[in-house]
Amino acid sequence: MAKSNKPIFWSLFAAGGTLAAFLAPVLALVLLLAAFGRVPSGLGYEQLHAFAAHWFGKLCFLGVITLFLWHAAHRLRVTLHDFGLRQDAKVAVVVYLVAAAGTVLTVLYLVRI
Amino acid sequence: MSRNPYVRPVSKTGWWLKQPRYMRYMSREVTCIFIGALAMLMLWGLKRLSEGPAAYETFLASLRSPPGVLMLLLILAFSVHNATSWFNVTPKAMPVQIGEEFLAGKYIVGAHYAVWLLASLVVLLMAGVF
Repeated sequence: MAKSNKPIFWSLFAAGGTLAAFLAPVLALVLLLAAFGRVPSGLGYEQLHAFAAHWFGKLCFLGVITLFLWHAAHRLRVTLHDFGLRQDAKVAVVVYLVAAAGTVLTVLYLVRI
Repeated sequence: MSRNPYVRPVSKTGWWLKQPRYMRYMSREVTCIFIGALAMLMLWGLKRLSEGPAAYETFLASLRSPPGVLMLLLILAFSVHNATSWFNVTPKAMPVQIGEEFLAGKYIVGAHYAVWLLASLVVLLMAGVF
């Protein structure tokens, strides 16, 4: 049977989609509160920095940001095809490169905190 | 076989405008743009957080701009659509068989909504909203 990289990208897509289903709305809500000038105490610099400095906080940031990115990348690849962009090989390279770059940057910023 | 077989013309870009069910499919697919935007926004916030208090304050200030608020409202709406459209089909995607019978879909959907509520409350608590 021919080897395929599909299971890797698909499992990242599914994991990210499930995590996004459970967490994206409430994360958007928390950020929206901040946007309306009612910054929740946990989003203050001191508290959020302390959270991101802890290994558990780092794991939360890493899991949420990177899985959301890989979910969006894979689904955007399919969606662009649906919108008539028939360049799947190129589209795949671009969306997965962006997700990979985002993953590297997430690790980099977390290490710096 | 006919020498000129009829090929039904289908628009590559606008095919999904033909039927409500295609439009509903696309409405689910485009949620990924907003999930991706949320990830990028959080990544940007993390970068600013790593750069110190002043940089982080400018990030919070940028959220308060009209485009920031509009983007977050769209992200909220589409992320809720992603959540509900997924939870509502979970009995078809992940049927639970007990002996000869299948567990009624309402229990699988209900469990997902319950976990969703619980996870949201945990995040709100962690964020210090209440």
